Amino acid sequence: MAMIDQSKIRNFSIVAHIDHGKSTLADRIIEKTGLLTSREMQNQVLDNMDLERERGITIKAQAVRTVYRAKDGEEYIFNLIDTPGHVDFNYEVSRSLAACDGAVLVVDAAQGIEAQTLANVYLALDHDLDVVPVINKIDLPSADPQRVIEEIEDVIGIEAADAPLISAKNGIGIEDVLEQIVAKIPAPKGDPQAPLKALIFDSLYDSYKGVIVFCRIMEGTVRKGTRIRMMATGAEENVVEVGYFGAGQFIPCEELSAGMVGYITASIKNVKDTAVGDTVTEAENPCAEPLPGYKKVLSMVYCGMYPADGAKYPDLRDALEKLQLNDASLNYEPETSLALGFGFRCGFLGLLHLEVIQERLEREYNLDLVTTAPGVVYKVYKTNGEVIELTNPSNLPDPSEIEHMEEPIVNAEIMVTSEFIGSIMELCQERRGRYLGMEYIEGTRALLKYELPLNEIIYDFFDALKSRSRGYASFDYDIKGYEPSKLVKLDILINREEVDALSFIVHADSAYERGRRMCEKLKDEIPRHLFEIPIQAAVGGKVIARETVKAMRKDVLAKCYGGDITRKRKLLEKQKEGKKRMRQVGNVEIPQKAFMSVLKLDDK
Amino acid sequence: MSGKRNLELYFHIPFCVRKCNYCDFLSFSGDEKTKASYMDALFREVREKAGNYTDYQVVSVFVGGGTPSVVSERDMAALLSTVRECFVLREDAEITIEVNPGTVTLEKLKEYRKAGFNRLSIGLQSADDGELRQIGRIHTYGQFLDTYGWALDAGFENINVDIMSALPGQSLASYVTTLKKLISLPKPPVHISAYSLILEEGTVLMDRYERGELVLPDEETDRAMYEETGRILEDHGYHRYEISNYALPGFACRHNVGYWTRTDYVGFGIGAASLVGEVRFRNDADLAGYLEDPSGREADREELTIEQQMEETMFLGLRLTAGVDRAAFQTRFKTTVEKVYGDVINANIRDGLLRYTDDGERLCLTEKGLSLSNYVMAQFIF
Repeated sequence: MAMIDQSKIRNFSIVAHIDHGKSTLADRIIEKTGLLTSREMQNQVLDNMDLERERGITIKAQAVRTVYRAKDGEEYIFNLIDTPGHVDFNYEVSRSLAACDGAVLVVDAAQGIEAQTLANVYLALDHDLDVVPVINKIDLPSADPQRVIEEIEDVIGIEAADAPLISAKNGIGIEDVLEQIVAKIPAPKGDPQAPLKALIFDSLYDSYKGVIVFCRIMEGTVRKGTRIRMMATGAEENVVEVGYFGAGQFIPCEELSAGMVGYITASIKNVKDTAVGDTVTEAENPCAEPLPGYKKVLSMVYCGMYPADGAKYPDLRDALEKLQLNDASLNYEPETSLALGFGFRCGFLGLLHLEVIQERLEREYNLDLVTTAPGVVYKVYKTNGEVIELTNPSNLPDPSEIEHMEEPIVNAEIMVTSEFIGSIMELCQERRGRYLGMEYIEGTRALLKYELPLNEIIYDFFDALKSRSRGYASFDYDIKGYEPSKLVKLDILINREEVDALSFIVHADSAYERGRRMCEKLKDEIPRHLFEIPIQAAVGGKVIARETVKAMRKDVLAKCYGGDITRKRKLLEKQKEGKKRMRQVGNVEIPQKAFMSVLKLDDK
Repeated sequence: MSGKRNLELYFHIPFCVRKCNYCDFLSFSGDEKTKASYMDALFREVREKAGNYTDYQVVSVFVGGGTPSVVSERDMAALLSTVRECFVLREDAEITIEVNPGTVTLEKLKEYRKAGFNRLSIGLQSADDGELRQIGRIHTYGQFLDTYGWALDAGFENINVDIMSALPGQSLASYVTTLKKLISLPKPPVHISAYSLILEEGTVLMDRYERGELVLPDEETDRAMYEETGRILEDHGYHRYEISNYALPGFACRHNVGYWTRTDYVGFGIGAASLVGEVRFRNDADLAGYLEDPSGREADREELTIEQQMEETMFLGLRLTAGVDRAAFQTRFKTTVEKVYGDVINANIRDGLLRYTDDGERLCLTEKGLSLSNYVMAQFIF
């Protein structure tokens, strides 16, 4: 195989705020570079998980290699590395960018710069990438490309005067983008003879090939038989296959050398061994230093997941095991709840990640789940000097043993048009936000900066933000660190018995309000029993709110004729089935959905 | 007659002058021609199917609807002659027809009597004309009084009157007035069915309810109505023999008791259900198809498993205040009801919802259990 000329390679990502047209542009690039005919094009080639297509977001970073014949008559290899577009997956975005030499920045010609535009551009600039701005959706009636160009120049400070004006949806201006990629994104460097140094930017578990490692070769060369070592995890294996990425398929090749993007398989059993951000080197001839910036991904949000049918516990365990093969950022460990039985405490990057996993478990593994309220990781400093990282509220030590507690704080940036500044600031105040400052982007838009406790944004902050800005606000955050906070455990007692699965940690000042709303919600969810059921919210044994479910007095089918008997039986079967799906706490039966509905304590 | 098994016949007449606002039964208005062809199809179905039931004797006939009295009395008489011609009809069989005020005359009722009907079921629902209008009845209380008088004149003694509680706008007082008017008649009905309104999907009332236009009595009032029904009727010699049915001694509806004790029955006409030899089946509900081929369109057929038979024995038997006969259960299933349902029985006795009769022979719902019968019955489902 002929050596590939490094100068003819372009490794790049497309970055954008959500819905600005990243995936559509990716599709067009793949189309125009002729790797696939239009006929073969599915709507969004890069997003090959069903779930992604439905949600319209890209979850796992993936890559594709295409060949472009430029106007200068030369053929260029484009490695397009897709990045996830959501804040939960910031670290993965960062690693994807580290594998590139440049980035195409897509900005919506009508909406202009949004919070994630900035966050992504700053990430790209942090990685010293050359950023090629592109103005998309110029065919929209409300498009104002000139204004957006000025915005890019003023706010981000990059040259945008000759940014291609395109419509990815209608295929307008795509050639321009391709030419600019050739002209403005630098070719990779790196010595193919040097010791191997490759960056893992993603990995995938395949039941035939084992783990497939997605990597960018920085230095050196890797081929079949090379004994490789993952520098952070220490795992060593012999390479079975190397190759590059066709659209939706893996195409084996002889070798991957410095500057190239491709995959390695080495009969690795677990994606945990191939952590994103880790450096692959040759075991016999390792490079001196790993690539910078690797960090272990930490789960930020935890919740309990229980099978609705207790007998499905082993199925849930198997499903989590399989999902984890593909998703190293998913954590889980077994736990037991008095109310819910055997289940797992699972850790996620964020709430979206949680929802994605929950949906995959339900859809791909056909599991019915009961999920407890998501919480963050609290640090509990005990009087005996011990520090606990608390992921399950039930494990909170006795208050007398607690010296103080800390909660995670994020730096949040919210982009909003000026008319909504007031209501968004109010929202941030309610959520215990600390105002850091505000910058005007242009006359009518501002960037609000707040410090917010993570546990205030994992529930419904995003929804509240959208509803209070009529959908205009955009939001991005990253973790700042831990700070001391006045936190308490709120317990729920049903018929005077504490229901462990309903306990959660809350700031002392919001305890009463949250407790009251929990009780109201539960009152609606718990069916009447033969006796009256008090529902109480308590902090440290002191009841702060109460509701009552009245005793059932009537449950009767007045009429029953000969023709009704089959129907009557179905009705009773349903009633019985409904009962089976309830959880017994003391002598009260609680429907599974009660455990979940309390997650959505509607914003007033 | 010995050696023959008992069989009940049900005939469904789907026609009404107009559909009531609470009704989700298979019924609609029909022109005279449609009614006539429907009756022809019904006769045909009887003739074509009767051959399957030569081992049976018919102990009761029930013509229900709909409003059977919108069909001509000649056709009704012809229906009974067809039954006599094709089945072994016992001399003492209970033969009921449902009628609604506003659709009968004295002559019509006399014809029914002459044809062999010996029991009448009159749909009154309420003695308050405002309440009748609310639920979409076509008649007034005055028209009921006429109908009732004619029925007596025609020679009917075994008469049921249907009334309803928990109607929109109904107060406890107005409901009690309906009850009292009924039992203060010169010759009060021997049987009263007192149902509490259930909102069914797809009815006018449900639509109104969902639009928030309906004021229904609250649960307290609803239960007070039920308790008052029992108290007042029992004071007047009626016995509550089923959740919603009351009768003077000897006048329980044998046909309906048959349903609850799982006597075999065959339903004729569209949508009509049957239970024969532990198989439940049903005619298709489509009218056009029925007119074309009255015997050929079955909608669903289900052979009941032993478990389902036990479930039915319990949840149907418990509808009767006499409850489930333990010995009959044992004869039928070769095991005791306690072996099968011991835990459920004990739990519900503990909760005050079930009890054994004093002689220990039967298991029945308590007063409290009657109001919570679904809750109890669901526990008898495997």
